[in-house]
Amino acid sequence: MIQDTAASKRSTQNLEEVDMMHKAKFVGLAAGLAAAVAFGTGSALAQDKKGAPAKKAAAAGGGEQFFPVLSYRTGAYAPNGIPFANGFLDYLKLVNARDGGINGVRITFEECETGYATDRGVECYERLKGKGPTGATLFHPLSTGITFAVTDKSFVDKIPIVTFGYGRADSVDGTVFGWNFPLGGTYWDAADMLVQHVGKISGGVDKLKGKKIALVYHDSPYGKEPIALLEERSRMHGYQLLLLPVTHPGVEQKATWLQIRQQRPDYVFLWGWGVMNSTSIKEAVATGYPRNQMYGVWWSGAEPDVTPAGDGAKGYNALTFLAPAGQGQVHKDIIKYVHDKGDATGKKEGFGEVLYNRGMVGAMMSVEAVRRAQIRHGRKPLTGEQVRWGLENLAIDQAAIKRLGFEGFMTPISTSCVDHRGDSEAGIHTWDGKQWVVQKGVRLVADQAIIRPMIRASAEKYAGEKKIVRRDCAKESQQ
Amino acid sequence: MARNWPVVLLCAALLVGLALPLATGASPPGFYVEVLLGGLMTGVLYSLVAMGFALIFKASGVFNFAQGAMVLFAALAVARLAERMPLWAAILLGIVVMIALAFVIERVVLRPLVNQEGIALFMATLGVTFFLDGFGQTVWGSDIYKIDLGIAKEPVMVLQGLFQGGILINKEDVAAALVAVALVAVLALFFQKTATGRALRAVADDHQAAQSIGIPLNRMWVIVWSVAGIVALVAGVIWGSRLGVQFSVSLVALKALPVVILGGLTSVTGAIVGGLIIGVGEKMAEVFLGPVLVKTFDLAGGGIENWFAYVLALLFLLVRPQGLFGEKHIDRV
Repeated sequence: MIQDTAASKRSTQNLEEVDMMHKAKFVGLAAGLAAAVAFGTGSALAQDKKGAPAKKAAAAGGGEQFFPVLSYRTGAYAPNGIPFANGFLDYLKLVNARDGGINGVRITFEECETGYATDRGVECYERLKGKGPTGATLFHPLSTGITFAVTDKSFVDKIPIVTFGYGRADSVDGTVFGWNFPLGGTYWDAADMLVQHVGKISGGVDKLKGKKIALVYHDSPYGKEPIALLEERSRMHGYQLLLLPVTHPGVEQKATWLQIRQQRPDYVFLWGWGVMNSTSIKEAVATGYPRNQMYGVWWSGAEPDVTPAGDGAKGYNALTFLAPAGQGQVHKDIIKYVHDKGDATGKKEGFGEVLYNRGMVGAMMSVEAVRRAQIRHGRKPLTGEQVRWGLENLAIDQAAIKRLGFEGFMTPISTSCVDHRGDSEAGIHTWDGKQWVVQKGVRLVADQAIIRPMIRASAEKYAGEKKIVRRDCAKESQQ
Repeated sequence: MARNWPVVLLCAALLVGLALPLATGASPPGFYVEVLLGGLMTGVLYSLVAMGFALIFKASGVFNFAQGAMVLFAALAVARLAERMPLWAAILLGIVVMIALAFVIERVVLRPLVNQEGIALFMATLGVTFFLDGFGQTVWGSDIYKIDLGIAKEPVMVLQGLFQGGILINKEDVAAALVAVALVAVLALFFQKTATGRALRAVADDHQAAQSIGIPLNRMWVIVWSVAGIVALVAGVIWGSRLGVQFSVSLVALKALPVVILGGLTSVTGAIVGGLIIGVGEKMAEVFLGPVLVKTFDLAGGGIENWFAYVLALLFLLVRPQGLFGEKHIDRV
């Protein structure tokens, strides 16, 4: 994926300059704070300053599309929240700097710190939903807990909730969850893919009979999502499922891993986030559990998850979807139009990493949804309700991926009023001690014959509880 | 002794609970010993944080809620400084930073509050907590940083002849236990044998009385906050080496709260014993009690070790409000 060209070398130099600038800013500030503190490095502080929502003023006139950005740059989940937010913001800045906005409509945005806490996430949602000339375009809650909390609100506010690769698995059903968009995959898809994969390497899913699969999960709505699917598959194939919850934030897992040592599962599926992931890998090292038998969900497979464990993480696998690590054409553009102009959101270390790229893809899909919606509603700032049409008529094909500079970072995706997820495909990447290496020839697609009835049943139950009348997509398409 | 029967009864009940998994054959002996050892080792690490609480309370009567934040701040300082210099130098400089912090806290927060109610001082430390959490991350960053003590992470198997599969021992945990023991010994000597230690104890008994006999209150507070800062640094370095240095390290302090409740706020020994009881209790509960509760009552499931630590502390609080080793508070009316 990464080409060692002169351009990329130049890019690195540019990034170093940006980083130097950050450091210089820091040193000045730190010297004023305390002499002892001045020994520290300043990139983090500089990065926080860069991440501040200061760019709104740059937008002009009435042609503004407002994007709220729920992020977490502090707290237990910051190591994962920071690169995602940086990628997301850098792409929005790129669209403004390179294209002059979305078909001339400039993007404005404001970041709001959630700390990955549901209450603060809801507060951010409430604060930002009415901003901008047409209100919030859409929300990326970046937390399944926040997603659960704001789903009910979205029906009233008519603002789409985009949860690509996370959120409620049953929200694929657009006829019930009219405002949720779990683009690209849900946790049921991810769990299904993992079972298929370990089935394949065991010689077929029928060979899973009698085997043990342990799910080490974040004891939260996020971590609990895959359980229903794994239980369903367990009934089908006869493997024993061990459920091992880890309480927030996941820094104390000794009891969990001692149980793994005793039970000796054939595979461990890791459903962690933030510091929980690296702690799991460290505990696996400490209890001697083979890392190559561990498989993380796509939120447990980024650089901050493995680097703290050092060499111990070698051989650890995780799902990867939408955006593996590396750099492509879009990165060159970001260097040219954003970093070189001194407008970078993050420091150079995280540039091109898994979560940075995923944030970038998330922003790109959001921008493309607006672009798509403009076809129907005109090239002007759109409301959340209008953007929904773009999200459920998303059609990013291979040609579009290439045109946008995302070749190799995602697979084509198209959605509909009924199917709010669109196509879902993932691979497996393995940490080789220095970088993530995507396993060649492994392309996983979840078995919808198993998942569809589950989605149907769960969405039906939700609709019953909340008294939601199903949308008639056929009728809506004729309007 | 006769009045202590609730404590005896509680201890007996806990011991029975502790022995049950083994007695009923619910656990193989090897695994049981591993969980027990794992609990003890984690307990030692809780003790390290709890000792910081006990030290400041013992010497200044302040319940320092900021101890967890100090652990994080110290660990962040050492981890980031170690990127630019050898670890030993980073630790030394880290100590300087913590002493500087003690000076600042004494000057800015404590001095204006001399002779105020305990609750006012407590609230002030709450403010210090949020400040340190945020300031630490702003200055040093929010990523996960490494502290490499050079101790092998791979487990060691011992007693393979006695138990099937052997007993798993983690060298890092053993090192942490040894450091904790050494630290306790040094602190005990400091408090019992030095003039400063005695002065600190006098200050703890009564600020005004201590001041009236010429003990410089301000200096004493700087000293005790510095010592607590150094203890925080040791805890931070060990925790940081195990988990990586990140914001979550400060949350470990939440585990030290039940430890000091159980052990007694004024006792370093209490912090050690309390830490061990909480460590063993929560691990045993998570591994053996949790599944039984889920099965028996058909519960949704979930980790229980976090709240079980507080249940244990509450039980002790009910039967012995001052904690196992705390000084009984008697007011004359």
